[in-house]
Amino acid sequence: MSDKNERKDIIRFEKVNVSFRQKRKKVEAVKDVSFSIKEGEIVGIIGSSGAGKSTLLRTINGLQNPTSGEVNVDGQVVGKLKDKDLRLLRSNIGMIFQHFNLINSKDVYSNIEFVLTENGKSKKEAASRIEELLSYVGIEDKKHAFPEQLSGGQKQRVAIARALANNAKILLCDEPTSALDTETTEAVLSLIKKINKELNITTVIITHELDVVKEVCDRVVVMDGGEVVEAGDVYDVFTKPKNEFTETLIQKENKFTIPKNVLENAKGTVIRVEYYNENAERALIAEAIKKFDVKINILHGKIEFIKKKPLGVLYICVDGTDEAKEEALEFIKDNAGRTEVLRYAS
Amino acid sequence: MLANFIQIFLEIQDKLVKALRETAFMTFTSLVLAIILGIALGLVLYVTNEPLLSKNTPVYQIVGFISNMISSIPFLILMIFFLPLSSVIVGTKIGSKAVIVPLTIAAAAFFGRLAEASFSEVDKGVLEAVLSSGAKKSHVIAKIILPEARISLIKNITVTAITVLGFSAMAGLVGGGGIGDLAYRYGYQRYQKEVMIICIVMLIVLVQIIQTIGNLIVVSLQKRRQG
Repeated sequence: MSDKNERKDIIRFEKVNVSFRQKRKKVEAVKDVSFSIKEGEIVGIIGSSGAGKSTLLRTINGLQNPTSGEVNVDGQVVGKLKDKDLRLLRSNIGMIFQHFNLINSKDVYSNIEFVLTENGKSKKEAASRIEELLSYVGIEDKKHAFPEQLSGGQKQRVAIARALANNAKILLCDEPTSALDTETTEAVLSLIKKINKELNITTVIITHELDVVKEVCDRVVVMDGGEVVEAGDVYDVFTKPKNEFTETLIQKENKFTIPKNVLENAKGTVIRVEYYNENAERALIAEAIKKFDVKINILHGKIEFIKKKPLGVLYICVDGTDEAKEEALEFIKDNAGRTEVLRYAS
Repeated sequence: MLANFIQIFLEIQDKLVKALRETAFMTFTSLVLAIILGIALGLVLYVTNEPLLSKNTPVYQIVGFISNMISSIPFLILMIFFLPLSSVIVGTKIGSKAVIVPLTIAAAAFFGRLAEASFSEVDKGVLEAVLSSGAKKSHVIAKIILPEARISLIKNITVTAITVLGFSAMAGLVGGGGIGDLAYRYGYQRYQKEVMIICIVMLIVLVQIIQTIGNLIVVSLQKRRQG
């Protein structure tokens, strides 16, 4: 695979604005959004509900037209396409949804067949393609089941098969796992990852679940109030958020607190240490104990992995002479990612 | 009492059969026409009010206004008003045949709004999903919206059929005959309350039959979906 930086942009937003008129009030759903997505990338768009994520996603396949600005997909400006060309572009863009959106009056086979025959395939061609798709997503046995007979995970697999039917280049995912349980979420996410890897399909996922982004995305775009407030490599954004909103979003996830009595009864200075990259693999605490004459007690801790890179959070209590403590704290502060003193020694 | 009923029933048997035939003819013919026209009207209203299809507010409002106008005229007046049109279309101003024209107009306006509601109930997400796959709008309407709305459409057709049956009772006024006419002439004008009761029972039975047929179709469609 070529270097990601050398790949060409497949989706480019240029000063995109979308506003609606709702009961005489103008609602600005998307404000001045500009960024681009490279071919083969998996990009996550996160933000709280009403942040404009869904609206922005829909400008990619023209389900929503921007009020101003341009969305450029695969060299074409979406809003300027004629009906026929828009349909052709759409056939190259698969889309899946939170609530699957399968046609309830049709069985699995006909759901996919409709999308194929609409794009010029004969019934015979469609039949072999459907077999292929269903075995790819792992539900060959449900060919003639109706959507209401399927579980959530199975429905999403059918939806993915339908989205891929016409050899899509881009896959848009609108909260693809928000209606699924944890186990099914993981299965669907690994299917999305597999598709991206094997078929080199550019994938855009909008979600409010940070775990989804950590699990599958290369890059993340954070939206708040219709604006893009931060964008970058997932690990960088999660470990060193630059924006206040991003920080609170991440903190909500990472902040596990320690019981009040533990905090009060701990002997010494209590600090919260976050560490990432190479620091996470270093025996930082052990080094501090060895170097300085202090006792360090671990009160609470957790390490998680984002794209196989560790992100750790530790609550430690440092005790010793004032001088040693000062030096040890200084050492930890210099070498760890981020530290916060929760309570000074009494 | 019962003997009295049976005697009168036997006396008016022929008239009753004729009235039933007239009612069935008027109701069925105008219902079929109203379903066709109403679905067309409903589709126009739905499509012109749906941003994902062909939203067109002026068209929506004009068509909607006309449909509301027709629905707001009491059927009795509407029937008399449209009788000249009947003579143009079916060649007569009297009888069951003539009544079919105003009956169809009223029923189509009534059912059109209900059909619009049935189409609007189709999951927006499904519409987004099929449109985003590159499907043609006309195919989406014919192959997705109509089948997806069919259960709701059947329920609304049942309601419309019962309403048309009710409207048809007023046909007697212009010589259209039917059960309503029988009840009016014998039950009201000749004080034969037994005839009135027999007619009422007939109408109740007819409504029950229509409702039952509607329910059976709905159940069989739902069963198909659940396999």
